Amino acid sequence: MTQWIEACAKDDVAQEDVKRFDHAGHTYAIYRSPDDKFYATDGLCTHEKIHLADGLVMDHIIECPKHNGRFDYTTGAAKGAPVCVNLKTYPTKVEGIKVFINIA
Amino acid sequence: MNEPGIVIVGGGMAAARACINLRANDYLGSIILVSEENLLPYDRPPLSKASIVDAAAHEPVLLLDESIVASLNVDVRLGQQVTAINRSEKTISLNDGSKIPYSKLLIATGAKPRKLNCPGGEFALTLRDHKDTVLLREKFQPHKKITVIGGGFIGLELASSASKLGCHVTLIEAQPRILMRGVPEPIAKIVHDRHLAAGVTMIIGTGISHLTENAVHLTDGRVIAADTIIAGIGAAPETKLAADAGLAIENGIACNAQMQTSDPDIYAAGDCASFPHELMGGKRLRLEAWRSAQEQAATAAANMLGGAKTHNNIPWFWSDQFDLSLQIAGSAELGPNTITRVPAEGALVLFHLADDGSIKGASGIGIGNAIGRDIKVAEMLVAKNAKPSPEILADPTQQLKTLLKA
Repeated sequence: MTQWIEACAKDDVAQEDVKRFDHAGHTYAIYRSPDDKFYATDGLCTHEKIHLADGLVMDHIIECPKHNGRFDYTTGAAKGAPVCVNLKTYPTKVEGIKVFINIA
Repeated sequence: MNEPGIVIVGGGMAAARACINLRANDYLGSIILVSEENLLPYDRPPLSKASIVDAAAHEPVLLLDESIVASLNVDVRLGQQVTAINRSEKTISLNDGSKIPYSKLLIATGAKPRKLNCPGGEFALTLRDHKDTVLLREKFQPHKKITVIGGGFIGLELASSASKLGCHVTLIEAQPRILMRGVPEPIAKIVHDRHLAAGVTMIIGTGISHLTENAVHLTDGRVIAADTIIAGIGAAPETKLAADAGLAIENGIACNAQMQTSDPDIYAAGDCASFPHELMGGKRLRLEAWRSAQEQAATAAANMLGGAKTHNNIPWFWSDQFDLSLQIAGSAELGPNTITRVPAEGALVLFHLADDGSIKGASGIGIGNAIGRDIKVAEMLVAKNAKPSPEILADPTQQLKTLLKA
């Protein structure tokens, strides 16, 4: 099953940056990588439920602003202390100027 | 008999991370962890905050739970006191009279709260471990009078927690302002004002004469009635074992930049250890900080296995009080020239630059996570010994990240 949701406009997210997107009581983070691809993950750090969209994107890494937990946002993989639980990721697609994520 | 393996003394963050890092570095030998506490290693930052305030967070957050202990194959000895390190035979002695041999030893004994040395000082509670938190939680009932002695992080965080729970809180600091050590004045002022706004009575620049069970007597003659008195006046490194064994001590167990003590088979990490930091002016540092404990344990673990890793991670710490979050990376002291950035309303970031223009540290405060990103970039700039443009640092419309690529 697929459920594509419009998350934001392309230009809402700068290259190598992240934006928060809330939908139906759930929070997501939308990333635009340095090579201009879009990615999406759950919006809260798996350590202490902090909004990752306040964090710093470096290449393919998002770092939590609170305690520096790191994830590869392209795969959701936790990249070391203090995080050990991976982030859930979601497929994305770009149509025209809009970015969609598949939350099904 | 099996070959002696690696023995870790201590049950906090550094001890836990050492176990994880030893295995991550493919060490297959035995790991024995000896802790005087009866709990598996747990996270300490919540002890002054969520574990008191948040009913859903009353249980300790284990850093190594049973399943991790099993998967790492760590032999955990809880509730055991180490009484001696016998360097000539490479063993440690326990209070039950037994001995454990080691090939390498890691001392991660942490720091213990200093006691008030004025008359009646024994009436003040302190916070170090989970059972202290359980006791404070019982004391922090609505409308109770809680008096906190000490305007450092532990004292302020406990004042914030007590205030959130509806207590009448008084905080007493003998110095001319709170957070004298390592926190710039403009940031300390924001913290001070936030406590005042929450109704905390702040008594600054006044010393303690003596305590009775239910009152704090100040040097200016005032008497502050209290249902509970807490002292948060700093912590002293736990160095007794190391000192008794003849290891060098210098504001903590003196290590080199590889976290190795004066005995090449003994390492130290965390609050108990001091080491020279080349990026922080070569000065010997002792850090009481969560992330530093993790990083020092990683350095020690790598080097116990034959590595030659130099510890040069930039010191970083945070504190949460009320809705404010404070973070400091590097050193304010080494950077006398301050550049101010206001990244959001009510938020403040100060960059600390040396006379040659290199950045040595950054201090920030704001609601929620308003300053996390800027402090992170600053930390990376400090690690690069960069000389960032003061104009870009000061301009909140400019992305700091661009400075990393310069």
